[in-house]
This record gives sequence, structure tokens and C-alpha cells, in this order.
Amino acid sequence: MNGQRFEEPAAAVIIEIGHFALMLALAVAMVQMIMPFWGARVGDYGLMRIAEPAALAQFGLICISFMALIYAYVTSDFSVLNVFQNSHSTKPLIYRISGVWGNHEGSMILWVLILALFGAFVALFGRSLPQRLRSDVLAVQASIGVAFLLYIIFASNPFLRLVPAPLDGRGLNPILQDPALAFHPPFLYTGYVGFSMAFSFSIAALVEGRIDAAWARWVRPWTLLAWMCLTLGIAMGSWWAYYELGWGGWWFWDPVENASFMPWLAGTALLHSAVVMEKREALKVWTLLLAILAFSLSLMGTFLVRSGVLSSVHAFAVDPARGTFILAIMVIFIGGSLTLFAMRAKELRQGGMFAPISREGGLVLNNLLLTVACATVLVGTLQPLAAEMFGLKISVGAPYFNMTFVPLMIPLLLAIPYGPFLAWKRGDFVGASQRLMAAAVIALLLIVAVFAVVQHGPWLAPFGLALGLWVIGGAVSEWAFRVRLFKASLHENLRRARNLPRSVYGTTVAHCGMGVLVIGIVATTAWRSEVVTTVKPGESVAIAGYDMKFIGVFPGRGPNYQEQVGRFDVSKGGTKVLSLFPAKRIYDAPRQATNEAGIYPSLTGDLYVVLGDHLKNGGYALRAYFNPMVRFIWIGTLIMFLGGGLSLSDRRLRIGAPKPARKPRNAVPAE
Amino acid sequence: MTRKQRRAGLIGVVVAVIAVAVGLVLVAMQNEIVFFRTPSDVAALKVKPGDRFRLGGLVAKGSVIRGQGTKVEFSVTDTIKTIKVSYDGILPDLFRDGQGVVAEGKLAADGRFLADSVLAKHDEKYMPPEVAKALKEKGLWQGAEKSAKSGS
Repeated sequence: MNGQRFEEPAAAVIIEIGHFALMLALAVAMVQMIMPFWGARVGDYGLMRIAEPAALAQFGLICISFMALIYAYVTSDFSVLNVFQNSHSTKPLIYRISGVWGNHEGSMILWVLILALFGAFVALFGRSLPQRLRSDVLAVQASIGVAFLLYIIFASNPFLRLVPAPLDGRGLNPILQDPALAFHPPFLYTGYVGFSMAFSFSIAALVEGRIDAAWARWVRPWTLLAWMCLTLGIAMGSWWAYYELGWGGWWFWDPVENASFMPWLAGTALLHSAVVMEKREALKVWTLLLAILAFSLSLMGTFLVRSGVLSSVHAFAVDPARGTFILAIMVIFIGGSLTLFAMRAKELRQGGMFAPISREGGLVLNNLLLTVACATVLVGTLQPLAAEMFGLKISVGAPYFNMTFVPLMIPLLLAIPYGPFLAWKRGDFVGASQRLMAAAVIALLLIVAVFAVVQHGPWLAPFGLALGLWVIGGAVSEWAFRVRLFKASLHENLRRARNLPRSVYGTTVAHCGMGVLVIGIVATTAWRSEVVTTVKPGESVAIAGYDMKFIGVFPGRGPNYQEQVGRFDVSKGGTKVLSLFPAKRIYDAPRQATNEAGIYPSLTGDLYVVLGDHLKNGGYALRAYFNPMVRFIWIGTLIMFLGGGLSLSDRRLRIGAPKPARKPRNAVPAE
Repeated sequence: MTRKQRRAGLIGVVVAVIAVAVGLVLVAMQNEIVFFRTPSDVAALKVKPGDRFRLGGLVAKGSVIRGQGTKVEFSVTDTIKTIKVSYDGILPDLFRDGQGVVAEGKLAADGRFLADSVLAKHDEKYMPPEVAKALKEKGLWQGAEKSAKSGS
């Protein structure tokens, strides 16, 4: 009758088990942090070997905790405060599950779960790592776990109970009830937290005062995996923002977007740096520093999102007390690691020398440009915070970033095709240029062609397109060179192509993806068209060669919302193409309105229609866009993801893969 | 090239890239920073027409007047001073009387604010922190919107 609801005893216990498991995990993490580290310092193998079972136990316990939370959401157990605040009985099942991490507290459990997962991976698959290194890495990993588990248990606990339990919950923001957004956090967090591996390895290396090519062989796959997931996670966020927020924009330089982009920039630099370390034992210091930076930026990203100090479209958690806790975590880990780096970096033996014009040199330039670009994004993102301390309230938007970030990317894009063509240690710039001639010519031809065909838009746009095509052309040229395309028989070409290592294909594909991304960005930014007008049923709106006839607005009903659906019949050159149905929805709980755009996607560009308010004269306000080649943006990131996957699947680089036992030719049997 | 020369060269390149970046940042900061102001700030600072800034506050109740097509006028207030805003376009979904709003644009000669964008919020109870903070400072914070505890 009133708000009381009597829980099955089993359900109540499950939540408490989840809560208890979390606290046990904290205890285990503390053990894992201290014992193996101490053991590594004094050479006690018994202590060191505590690390692996501890890591596995920690993962198991956090798993239990996470599943208990999922159970609470799935069964709509509103006695759990977190479920009450973020869920509702009418929510579809998949969004009840994704609601677990769609809120602050639950997402932190996901964070430590992935952290523990990576630790468990090291414990399980890192058997061929030296024990001391393994223990040190797991100890550092555990220290991060301790920090975050303390935070969760004391400042951000999803297992708090409500008595008496309410009948129903407050519901999840309808804008977040979406497939892309359901998977966006797991991918993003795998990226963020994945960099913790490189970080842990780096701290271990600094503590031991040793780092070598084998270390890089270990770090690269994990970093690659983290980078891949981060790439996809960011792309999903961008894609979601595009179709959900109603402005047809795919990137807003929003502080929360930047918070994920900065680790990506540092992570990309780290990835390339690890390649050099692996091959040439050079760039040790760079690699260590980048690993620390990438993870530090991941922590900073968490802080920016969680503490709400910067207003943005996300507005996740607006609790200064929590922000202070995370700030303390950041100061300890970032400050501590950088201090350790400053003290110990000189212990590392100097690596191989190389000429300025060489693949190493190119990768140093790559690191430099990416890191500096990352710094400009950081400055732009933190500037409003800094200004606030002086009493000024400012906002820094796209114009700032376009003016600082873009110019730094141009030399990088120009240099990308040269990288694979320059030899290690001493490269031949002229020779490389000759091999890139075809790519350069095609790019230049594109500039001319675009100028001839398209008469409007910014004059820099064709150059931007050419830059993207240059990157693609360069990647393809390198592959063509390796298989001796046009210079040997087709049979020979195929033979070489089959024998090329997967990591080479990974590079080619990933760089192509980059080029595709650039083309998409330039095209959609330069030639986007927009129409803002009013329209009555029966009237037509013309945009980008399409003719959209407004039929009318009709009511409809979804699983947990009511909607007004508009219908536009789109035709081109007289023939009907399809109908678009932009809609305005009002959700049941919480009562909130959203706008669903009607989108007609195609490779050449998206038609994007948003229905506005109902006007007094019977018409409707309308906003329509044509976004040329915008799909290239996400296709490009997907291609980069696939390139990373190809590289990851290269047998030579897989850690822990047992080497096939090789019988010596003339084995002499033991007596 | 000796090791020393190589290192000097590397440092030179690093410094050059950083210098370029710093230059870009400084220029961009000077030109592209947009200040946030409440209606009281606008009056107090005697903001010049043509200066681009963001105006934040609450949508004054009953002030929304729709004109021809997508033209609309409304008033933004921080309960001390009020400024009329003109905007031509589609307003965000959650725009309504009494809600927090941030509009970006410039002042016209007659004191009206010509907005070229009105910021979208995606939470009914969301009040842009800038607005909330400004209102708090003026002692006008009402009902401490529990945006702090509810998460998104």
C-alpha cells in the first residue's frame, strides 16, 4: 500500500555479498600491493609468488561484486540506492544492465573490474616474465586498485541500501538509453584502464632500474589492446553524439571528449615508441614517460568527468567531495610516478644511436608532435578551470582547438607515409620520396580535381582532402613496394603478400584508416549545408539536391515513451528515395523530452532532419543538414581498430604464446 | 655527426615545435576565449556591443515570444537584472520558463543580446555550473537542485 516492499531474503543477501566481496577485494589488493613488492626488494620468492593468486582472487571478488550489482538492476531491486536513482521497472532489460555502468558509482565498479582483469591476465599469461618483474607489476596494479577501491567503498558506494525500499526508481536519463552508449563506457574504460598495464610495467622498470627489448615486447600488446578499445570507445561516443544530440555534430571539443582524446594521443605515441624500443632498444626514456603520461591522462580524464568542475554535455557527477578524493589519487600516482621517473630514469642504459633521418627519427617526430598536440588540448581543457581561480568565467571552444591542434597535425600527417619507408638507424629520405611519388601525384591531382568540380567552401579544404589521400596513398605504396607490385610477376606479388607479417598489414591498414578519417573530417567540416526554417504539412524543403516533402506529424508509442513522429518523403531529381521520420519523444520516467533525428545515411553524405516546435500557424520548426562523407569518420576509426587487431594477432608479438618446441636436427639422446 | 651535435639538433627541433605550439596557443587564447557573464555582470562591466560572450541565467517566466518562422525572443535573468535575447533557430528540447540557459552571441546597440547559439542541456534538472555558481554568489540559489547527488 505504501512504499514498503519486502525483499526475498535471497535477494537481500546477494547485495550484501556483493558489498562484502568488494571489501574483501580491498583487503586482497592491499596484500597484493605490499607483500610481492617487499619480496621483490629482498629477493624472497615466497613473498613474490603471492602476487599471482592475489591478482586472481581480486578479480574473482570484484566479479562477484559486479554481478551482484547487475543482479540488483536486472531484478529492479529498489532497496539499493543506486538502482533506485538510476533505474526503473519499465526500462528494457538491456538498458537495465547497461544502467549498471551508466551512472557514476556503477561505472567505478566497472573501472576496478577491468583493472583487476588486466592484473589477472598478467598472473595467468605472464608466466614467461621474470618473477621479480611480474611481482612488481602486479604490486603496482594492486596499488591502483587499493586507491580506487577505497574511493568506491568510502565515497562512491553503489551498495548502499534504502529502507524502506521505494516502489519504483527514478529511471535512467532517456538520452543514455541507447545501444551505442550502452557499450561506450566498457570500451572506453578498457582503454583507460588498459594503459595502467604500461604504467605498472614502467614503474616496475624504474624501480628495478632496468628496461630492455623484452619489456617492450610485453608492453606492446597490452598497449595495443588498450589503444584499440579507446579508439572504438571514442568513436562510439562521437557517433552517439551525432545522432542523438540533434546538431549533426560529431565532435564538440567538450571537456569530457577531450578527457578521452588526450589519453588516446599519448597512447598512440606510446604505441609507436614501444615499437622502436622493441626493435632497436632506443627511446627507452620516451616510452617510459609516455606510459606514465598516458595513464596519468586517463586518471585526469576520470577526474574531469567525475568531479563536475567543468560543465559539459555529460554532467556526470557533481560532487566536490568525491572530486577531492580523486584529486588526491591523482596527485599521489601522477606526482609519485613522475618523481620516480626523474630520480631513476638515468639508471637506464642508453639505447642504440640513430641518424636524425631514420625510422627512429621519424617516430621521435611523431612522439613530439602528438605529445605537444596533447598538451595544447590539455591547456585548452583546463584553461577555464585556471581562469576560474582568478575569478574569470570563460569557455574555450572549437575555434581555439582548431587554431592550435590542427596546425600541429598537418606536419604529422605529411610525415606518416615516410615512416615505414625510412630504414632503421639511417634512412634514405630521397629514396623514400621517390617511392612516394605516385602517392604525391595522386594527392595533387585530387586538389586540382576538387578545385575544378566544387566551387564553394573553404579554399583549404581540397588540401585537407589531399592530405588524407596522401596518407592512404603512402600506406598503400609501402605495401606495394614490399610485394614488388608491378616490378615482379603477379605470382611473386601474391607470394610476398601472403608472407608479410600481420603487423605490417596492421600498420598499413591503421594508417589507411587515419587517412579515411581525415578525409571524412575535412569533407564534413568544409561542405556541410544547413537549412533552418518552418514548414507546414504539404510543403517541401530543398537541401543539397534533395527535396523533402513534409507529410505531417503522427502520434506513436514506444516501450517507455510517447512520441510525435514527423514524416518527410525525400526525393532526388523527381524520384522518391525514402521517408524520414524525425520524432519528438516524451519518456515515462523520468519525464523528459528528447529529439530523434531522421537520418538518411550514405557514403557521400548524411541527410539529417530534426523536428522543432509546433508553431501557432500549424507549421513546425525544422532543422535539416547535409553532412558530406561524415560516415568516413567512423569508418576510418573502425579501420584503425581493425589495423590494430591485425597487429595484435601477429604471432610473433603475442606474449605468453608458448614457442613450439623445436627438436634439434641431430639430437643426441641423453645417456 | 657527434652525439653532442645530434642531441643539440634534437633539442633544437623540440624547442622549435614547442615554440610553434605555444605561439598558436597564445594567439588562440587571445582571440577565441569566450567569457561567461550573467545579466548583472553585463550591466556592471558595461559590456560593449559587438563583444562576443556567453550569457547565462534563468529563462524569465512568461518571456518567451515566438516571432516569424524560427525567430524567438526571451529574457534571461539572474533575478537582479534581465536582458532580452533574440534568437533565430530551433531552441533545445529542455528550454523552458525558469530553466537555466546559456546563450552565446553578442550585444546589440540597443542592449538586446543577439544569440547565435543556445546551449543544449540533456538533464531536466541540470543547471550549468557557471549559472549555478553565479546565482550562488548573488545569494539567489534556490532549492539547491540536488543535481549533486542524483548522478545523471
